Amino acid sequence: MATIKERQEVLVEEFEFFDEWMDKYNHIIEMGKSLDALPEEKKNDDLLVQGCQSKVWLHAEKNGENVRFQADADAIIAKGIVAMLIDVFDNQPAKEVAAADLGFLEEIGLKDHLSPTRANGLMSMIKQMKFYALAFAG
Amino acid sequence: MSYDVQAIRQQFPILNQKIHGRPLVYLDNAATAQKPIAVIDAISDYYLNYNANVHRGVHTLSQRATDAMEAVREDVRAHINAAETAEIIFTRGITDSINTIAFGMGALVKKGQNIVITAVEHHSNIVPWQMLCQRTGAELRHLPMNEHGEVVLDGIEEIIDEHTAMVAFNHISNALGTINPVDAILERAQKVGAWTLVDGAQSGPHAKVDVRAWNVDFFTLSSHKMYGPTGLGVLYGKRERLEALPPYQGGGEMIATVTLEESTYAGLPHKFEAGTPHIEGIIGFGAALKYINEVGIEAIAAHEKELLEYATQECSEIEGFRVIGDAKNKASVLSFVVDGTHPYDLGVLLDQQGVAVRTGQHCTQPIMDAFCIDGTARASFAMYNTKEEIDLFKAALEKAVTMLR
Repeated sequence: MATIKERQEVLVEEFEFFDEWMDKYNHIIEMGKSLDALPEEKKNDDLLVQGCQSKVWLHAEKNGENVRFQADADAIIAKGIVAMLIDVFDNQPAKEVAAADLGFLEEIGLKDHLSPTRANGLMSMIKQMKFYALAFAG
Repeated sequence: MSYDVQAIRQQFPILNQKIHGRPLVYLDNAATAQKPIAVIDAISDYYLNYNANVHRGVHTLSQRATDAMEAVREDVRAHINAAETAEIIFTRGITDSINTIAFGMGALVKKGQNIVITAVEHHSNIVPWQMLCQRTGAELRHLPMNEHGEVVLDGIEEIIDEHTAMVAFNHISNALGTINPVDAILERAQKVGAWTLVDGAQSGPHAKVDVRAWNVDFFTLSSHKMYGPTGLGVLYGKRERLEALPPYQGGGEMIATVTLEESTYAGLPHKFEAGTPHIEGIIGFGAALKYINEVGIEAIAAHEKELLEYATQECSEIEGFRVIGDAKNKASVLSFVVDGTHPYDLGVLLDQQGVAVRTGQHCTQPIMDAFCIDGTARASFAMYNTKEEIDLFKAALEKAVTMLR
């Protein structure tokens, strides 16, 4: 199974294909559309990621040594971004998720591209995922 | 003379740039308007030639700065037809203006009285009154709105009654663009002897207001929405009302005498202007007012009305496009949702195509709750916008919607 690092490399390659940000956004939107929606009953306020402009729900559960993530968002770009993170982190060892370095966000250019409030939202998602991972690894 | 929008655009150098490789289409004017060269030059001139603190220096530069600042106070007085310059207070903005009144009224309002606002207020005209009611035990009431985003006057006689201490409402809603029935609300408030405040945040750049014709007690303006600098507001108050209120903040400029034990306060307007004022802002605002009056506020309003009608008609062709707030009387704001899309996503994709709009709740959460939506995208128009820009906006919106669905 691909490691966190390998999964990031795949994403970077995918995005290298696009020169224009409109096309990159289109790809993010498509990833958002393909992410399985959370069932309505799971979209409760306890799962909301604090610090996002739009509503982002993040659900995590332990799977042996690994951690499984599910997420949803009311805005599709936010959903696409969380889908990328799930792509990298889902079903990976909790320990590695907690310690992971997410260099791909810089390589894709997403970190620099987002407005400060949106970048904060992205950081909040990552923090929340790592927080779950840390809890499960402990 | 016909309205020469291209000549106006040349006075706004910021508009001539590309965003993400596309020409900038700036449609976030209800948040803040761009500044003409005249304003930028006035601020530069102040710092290049006569920067000094005001009111207390005997030296020449201080005199020049004071004269320039006080000349603007007179310009503002004339612009809104106030009786005297002492009734024109410079504040940090509308939020500061409203807090000044709401704080001061804490000394006057008693339990058993009520404060009345409307359902279409900005948070800045809600929260200060909630705080006043918490401090005094007074009740906060509101005039409701209908599904068009219009304030409903049925029942106004029960809501505004003989116990009403203050009726505070905006002239034009920032989130919806609704022009409120100012005369009818003021008439009822004045009949029961309530104090009145009209928030002119959104009307300042689009409508000429005569405070004495309205016979309103307080009126507020925001410089930065009127093509002037940020960080500056105006609070107009009738002399007898301002004199009845205690000062909001203590410090320099607002005192007559100070000992270590007690102080006496300066007269109007200085009583409400603690600390060094926003001198360059005031001077810049003077240039903005002059510019608005040169172009002509009626001509600006007519141009914007044409843009609003054109944009509403064009965008309505997009499937699922819904205007939020379709009041009969509207100014310059097109707040909308598109079914199957989220306003934040629209905002991002419009920005990628050079179009600047506002997305979210516009500091008006109660309005969004009433329409059962999380927020809207809002295009708002100013004197320099063009029909060609609306065509670009529409095309960008169509592309965004196609991507998102």
